[in-house]
Amino acid sequence: MDYFFTEQQQMIIDTAREITNEKIIPLRAELDEKNQFPKAILQDIAKADLFSIFVPEEYGGFGGGCYEIVLAMEELARGCVGVATSFAASALGIFPVLISGSEEQKQRYLPDIAEGSRWAAFGLTEANAGSDASGIQTTAVLDGDEWVLNGTKQWITNGGEAQIYTIVAMTDPQKGARGASIFIVEDGDPGFSYGKKEDKMGIRSSATRELILKDCRIPQDRLVGRKGTGFITVMKTLDISRPGIASLGIGLAQAALDEAVVYAKQRVQFGKPIISFQAVQHMLADMAIQLEAGRALVYAAARHIDSNPKNISKASSMCKVFATDMAMKVTTDAVQVLGGYGYMKEYPVEKMMRDAKILQIYEGTNQIQRNVVGQELNREYS
Amino acid sequence: MNIIVCIKQVPDAKDVRLDPITNTLAREGVESIMNPYDRHALEEAVAIKEQQGGRVTVITMGPPQAETVLREAIACGADEGVLVSDRAFAGADTWATSYTLAQTVQTLGDFDLVLCGKQAIDGDTAQVGPGLACRLNIPYATCVQKTRKVSDKVIEVERMMDDGFDVLRLPLPALMTVVKDINEPRVASLKGKMKAKKAEIRKFSASDIGAEIQNIGLAGSPTQVVKVFSPEARGDRKIFSGSVEEQVDQLVECLRAHL
Repeated sequence: MDYFFTEQQQMIIDTAREITNEKIIPLRAELDEKNQFPKAILQDIAKADLFSIFVPEEYGGFGGGCYEIVLAMEELARGCVGVATSFAASALGIFPVLISGSEEQKQRYLPDIAEGSRWAAFGLTEANAGSDASGIQTTAVLDGDEWVLNGTKQWITNGGEAQIYTIVAMTDPQKGARGASIFIVEDGDPGFSYGKKEDKMGIRSSATRELILKDCRIPQDRLVGRKGTGFITVMKTLDISRPGIASLGIGLAQAALDEAVVYAKQRVQFGKPIISFQAVQHMLADMAIQLEAGRALVYAAARHIDSNPKNISKASSMCKVFATDMAMKVTTDAVQVLGGYGYMKEYPVEKMMRDAKILQIYEGTNQIQRNVVGQELNREYS
Repeated sequence: MNIIVCIKQVPDAKDVRLDPITNTLAREGVESIMNPYDRHALEEAVAIKEQQGGRVTVITMGPPQAETVLREAIACGADEGVLVSDRAFAGADTWATSYTLAQTVQTLGDFDLVLCGKQAIDGDTAQVGPGLACRLNIPYATCVQKTRKVSDKVIEVERMMDDGFDVLRLPLPALMTVVKDINEPRVASLKGKMKAKKAEIRKFSASDIGAEIQNIGLAGSPTQVVKVFSPEARGDRKIFSGSVEEQVDQLVECLRAHL
């Protein structure tokens, strides 16, 4: 379907597509197999200026909106959701600085992020703080003119690979959500180290690691925004990042559909290509219908967000749920269309199915997203 | 360092076919691309520029639409594009082409290094690079797989051979043609694409480069294509389908029938 992209948007799509076709697809199976972080590919992505999309022009970026980010991520995810997740995590990690950072912080970090010479990561999740982010136990205490951070972050994407980390810590634990603040921690800061590296079901090329803060001392000016406003920034960050995750679902489902259709046209059973059988045709048709509906919703949500409305939570959560549930279904069906071959690692669809699962879980489970939509409905109709 | 890269627009090899009636290359509906080897030459030039400083100028001889590959080259890091285009160049073989390119290089002025792809995938002659070097009277290395060292006076390269490689040191100015092993061409950047869109392409005609009419195009080409034809299909073809076991059974049966 024609979405009437601007010339700049088309340029972003074409650039991401070239990266996917030339750099990601030839390597994705190996990266998955070896659990290997795609450093060289991210450097190629940096050289192609794709990291600059989410940085404003005054800091050396391309100044794209949510829509532009979504378009780039969709194309990268068509190649590999693990690679696309590593890319997306850098955006997620720097969003708090973009949203609430000081001018000085923006000038210090954003140009490097735009250039792709430094990568970011977002440190929110902990062992006891997943869907309930208010359960955070990491603390930050001001000691003289330095903040001292203590705690352990879990399952942090780009952990150990990024150079800039935005860490959510409690500055006032008694105040609950109102007692959280965000800090910038840099690779090499005293007391900051990396723990266990996770062995995952899917998105295996992305790095998922523990961050350990043990009397980690950082200068006072690393606090992002005002003290105690951390949760507001976290919520705003996730609101603008979720359509990105939704777009990973779109790119992934497109890849799975492409594989399934090509296979169904080639595979001959009972003397005919299996695409000529209605059972298979209807499956492919449903995949295509769901995919296009998801894409339209994600693009609409992204454009809505770029129009700067007051509240974006509902649109953001709706597209995340729909696109990622759809990706799970479409990739599972793609494996079904390929039958026994689909289950084998020789074909790319089994990886796609494994990769799809995380999309329903991270950046807020799809159950939490439904809560958000439900709460917004309750509010709207009150 | 002033680097010149010669590039050519060619039909995409995935799409090449001959017109069954005229036996010429069917260009209708076939996508044109930058000759793949030339992408590697360009990447090497840009990498040398990034390391040494300087300027990369890409030149192409071709019809007006060849401007596309010059813009693509600018998007990938070249500083300037020069289109050498004139009806009088039509029908040029490698002899006339190398003359035309040499005239162009000399018109552009001082240079340190000329890079070309090993060959173009449409003609596959691999003659234009060496031909150009001879016309310019500079040393050259073909099939370069690695640039070892570059200074403002000398370049040291590895020339790919069947049984290994030669290490060659060439005083500058020099020319080299490159193979695909030399590097991984980058994807054009967003900034590069914006720049390419706005870039002004210099255009040279035959008279702009001081080309003598008897040396260019068909008139300057000692090679004439007498006939182009598709080789006749050799006998029957049979494509088996089914599982590997089934296909092998079918093949064995087929061979038995011919015993």
